[in-house]
Amino acid sequence: MRRSRGFVVIALSLIAAGLALIAWKVNVYGYPLTPNSMSETWTVQARLRVRPGDGPVGVTLTLPSATPGFGRLQEDFVSRGFGLDVQENSFLRKATWTIRRVSGTQTLYYRAQIYRDRNQQEFAPVPAYPDVPELEEPFATALQSITDEVRSRSANIASFAAAVLARINSASPSAEIRLFLNAPEFGGDKVGIARTLLAGARIPTERINGFLLTEDEPNATPVTWLAVHNEQQWLFFDPQSGRQYLPENLLVWWRGGDSPVEVSGAELQRLEWSVRRNEIGSLALAEQRAERHQFPFVNFSLLSLPVQTQSVYSVLLLVPVGAFVMVLLRNVVGVRTFGTFMPVLIALAFEETGIGAGLLLFAIVVALGLVFRFCLERLRLTLVPRLTAVVTIVVILMIGLSMLSARLGWEVGLSVGLFPMVILAMVIERMSIIWEERGPQDAVLEGAGSALVATLAYLVMGLEQIRYMTIVYPEFLLIVLGLTILMGRYSGYRVTELFRFRDLARPAEST
Amino acid sequence: MIGRYLALRRAGVLGLNGRNARYIAVHNPRRFYPLVDDKIRCKELLRQHGIPVPALLDAIRTQFEAGRLGKRLERLEQFAIKPACGSQGDGIIVIGSRRNGLWLSPSGSSYYSLDDLEFHVSGILNGLYSLGGQPDAALLEGLVLTDPRLRTLAPEGVPDIRIIVYRGVPVMAMVRLPTRRSGGKANLHSGGIGAGIAMATGRTLRAVMDDRVIDSHPDSGLPIRDFEVPEWNALLELAAACQSAVKLGYLGVDIVLDATHGPLVLELNARPGLSIQIANQTGLEHRLKAVDGLSIDLERLSPRDRAALAMELAEGGWRPARARLAKTVPLPVAPRPALASPPPEEQPLPQRHAS
Repeated sequence: MRRSRGFVVIALSLIAAGLALIAWKVNVYGYPLTPNSMSETWTVQARLRVRPGDGPVGVTLTLPSATPGFGRLQEDFVSRGFGLDVQENSFLRKATWTIRRVSGTQTLYYRAQIYRDRNQQEFAPVPAYPDVPELEEPFATALQSITDEVRSRSANIASFAAAVLARINSASPSAEIRLFLNAPEFGGDKVGIARTLLAGARIPTERINGFLLTEDEPNATPVTWLAVHNEQQWLFFDPQSGRQYLPENLLVWWRGGDSPVEVSGAELQRLEWSVRRNEIGSLALAEQRAERHQFPFVNFSLLSLPVQTQSVYSVLLLVPVGAFVMVLLRNVVGVRTFGTFMPVLIALAFEETGIGAGLLLFAIVVALGLVFRFCLERLRLTLVPRLTAVVTIVVILMIGLSMLSARLGWEVGLSVGLFPMVILAMVIERMSIIWEERGPQDAVLEGAGSALVATLAYLVMGLEQIRYMTIVYPEFLLIVLGLTILMGRYSGYRVTELFRFRDLARPAEST
Repeated sequence: MIGRYLALRRAGVLGLNGRNARYIAVHNPRRFYPLVDDKIRCKELLRQHGIPVPALLDAIRTQFEAGRLGKRLERLEQFAIKPACGSQGDGIIVIGSRRNGLWLSPSGSSYYSLDDLEFHVSGILNGLYSLGGQPDAALLEGLVLTDPRLRTLAPEGVPDIRIIVYRGVPVMAMVRLPTRRSGGKANLHSGGIGAGIAMATGRTLRAVMDDRVIDSHPDSGLPIRDFEVPEWNALLELAAACQSAVKLGYLGVDIVLDATHGPLVLELNARPGLSIQIANQTGLEHRLKAVDGLSIDLERLSPRDRAALAMELAEGGWRPARARLAKTVPLPVAPRPALASPPPEEQPLPQRHAS
C-alpha cells in the first residue's frame, strides 16, 4: 500500500512560510514577539533664536541624515511665519527657513523622533583620498616625521589611526605633536589635528558631530567623533581615548567642522539642543515605522483596519486556534463532543462571560432546556418545528436568567445573552436524542466532553501570547493550518483508545 | 502510556485514526458511500447481485405518505421500521404482532399506537437519525425470525453476525447478541454482547459485554463460548460476495440467520466499528496486513475462493509467509503440513477445544 507523503511537504511548507514571515517582520520591521514589550525612543530638538536684521532672513539647519544605529520616525518644524524648504540628497539634509521681513527675536524649532534600528548602518559616502595638506614649516616637516614614525609602527589604516590618536592624547606628547597642539590654527582641536595628520598619509577621515542619547538632557552638548575610512568601510574612533568604537547611543547629526546652522540677514543668538527619552510600545513603534516607510505587505496589517473591524477579526482569528485545540482533543485524546464546532463557539461565548459564570450558565440553560425538551417530546412535534420550539425556549430561558440575575444584582448573569442560542438549541436536541437512544450516561458524558473542550479552547484562546500572535502576525494561521494538516493524517491511537483496548495490549496467551 | 501505546501497536490493534487514514481513506472511495449508507439502495443493489436480503415491504419518502401510514400498515403484521440512512441501530422500531389496534414489539414489552408510529416515521423523514440531519426516508422491512439454532445464544431479539471484509477477504467476525438491557438491539454500545468468532472454524470465542469478558449470557445463563455458528462457510461466502457488489475495500457486513430464508444480509457499513477487536480479544491490523501481503490478484477470485482463502489464512495464523502458499494449495484446504514453524500465536484454537 503506497501512501502519498505530499501532505507532509505541504504542511511543512505552510509552517515554514508562516515562520519565515514572522521572522521577517521581527527582524526587518522590528515587530515585537511578545505583547507589552516597550521600546526606547528619543525626542531630539534644536532650538534656534535669531535676531533678524532689516532685510530678508534665511536660516539653514543641517538635519540628521544617515544615522548609524538609529532611525527617524517623525519630524516637526516649528516656525511662525517662515517658509520652510527641506533639501535632501542621499547623505545630506538641510532645512532652510526663510522670511522676507520680520522684526523681533524669532525662535525656530526642529524636533525629531528617534528610535533604535540596527538595520540602519549607512553613514557617509565612500570618500576620495585627501591631498596631503600643504603646510608651512615647521609643520610640514613635523607632519612628515610623525607619519613616517607612525607608519613604521602600524600595520593598517585602523592601527595607524589609533596610533595617531594615541600620540595626540599622550600625557607627554612628542615635540612634533606639541607643535600641532599649541598651534593657533588648530586651537587645540584634537580631531582637527588628527584629520590633518591622517591626511598626511592620505587617509580619508570625517568629523562626526552628534549627541549621546541617554536620559533626558535639556541642555545637550554635541560630542565629536572621528570616522576613518579604511578603503572598505568606515571605522569610528573616540578622539579622546583613541579607542576604536562607536557608542551605541551616539546619534550622528552632522558631519564636518562647520556649524550646522547658517544664518543670513540675521544674528544667531542662541542654539540649544535637548534630548528627551520616551518609552512607547514596541508594536506602536513598529506600526509607525511601517507607516512612515511604506513597507510593502505590512501595510496590509490588520492593525491598519478600523478599530471596530479589528475587534471582529481579533475574535475571528482565534477561531482556528480554538478549532485546532478541538482537533487535538478529538483526534489525539479522543474526547467525544456534540457537533464538530459547537465547543469552539461555546468557548467564544465564554470569552465574554468568563469561564466560571460561562460554565454555570451553560449548564443551567442546557439542563432547563432538556427539561422542556422532554415535555415537548410528548407533544409529538415534527423535527423542524420542534427545533424552532427549542430555540424559542432557549431564548426565553436566557431572557429569564438575565432578568433574574438583574434582580439579584448578579451582573455576570446578564451576559447569558451572548451564548449562541441556536448552538445551544442544537446541543439540547442532540443531547435529548442521545439520552433516549443510549441513555443518560452517554448524554451527560458527551455534554461534559463538550464543556471540557470548550473550556480548554477558551483557555488557549485566552492566552495573551496567542491573541497577540494572531492579530499582529496573521501568518500565524499558516502555522495552525500546517499543524492541522499534519494532525489530519495522524493515524496513531487516541488516548481514550489506550483504555478502550487495554485488554488487547496484554500478551496473546491471556485469551 | 507510551508502553501501552507500543503494546497495542505490537498487538496490531487498529485505532479510529488508523482505520480512517490507512484503510477507509485508501480503500473506500467516497462515491460508493451512498450505496451503503442508504439502506434502500443498498438492498436493491445486493438483490441485483443475487445476495439474499430481508424483504423490503415499503418505503416512505414524504410526510404525506407518513400521515397515511395506517393504510400501508393494514396488511402488515410483522415488520421493522428503519431510517434509510440511520447509523448505529438508532431509530429502529421492530413490530412483532398487532393487538387491539396497537402494534407490539416481538417481546411484547413495548407497544405503539398508530400515532406513535406516524410520529416516528415523520421524525425519520426529517433526518432525526441520519448523519448530519439530512432529510431521510423510512423503510419497512420484513421481520427476521431468528434461526432456532441460534436460540441458545440469544433467547430474545435478533442476533446478527458482523464480518469485516477487507479487499474481499473476510478477516474478522463476531456475533452480536441483544440482551434485555440493550432493548433488543445487537449493538455493543447499547449493552449488547459481542462474541468473537474463530475464522477458521466458525466457533465463538470469548464474549464481551461493556468491554468486560463474560462466558455466559446474562439473561439466560447459557454459555456463549465455543458455539458453532451454523452455515459458517456460507456466511463467509456471503460476506465476500457483498464486497463484489459495493466495491468498498474495507467493509462491515451484518448478516442475520433467518429461520426460513437462511442467511440474509441485513446491512453494510462503510465505517465499521472497532469493538470487534475487543470481542475477538485480538487486533485487526495483522490480519489486514496478511491480506495485503498476498501475492494473489484478489479481484479475480470468486467470493467462494475468497472465503476459502480467509479460512486458510486463519488456519495459518494470519502470517503472510504461510498465506503465500495459498495459491498452490488446492481448495478445500489440505490438513496443515507439519511445517518447522512455531505454532501461530494469536489463534490458540487447539487448547480451546481441549479446555
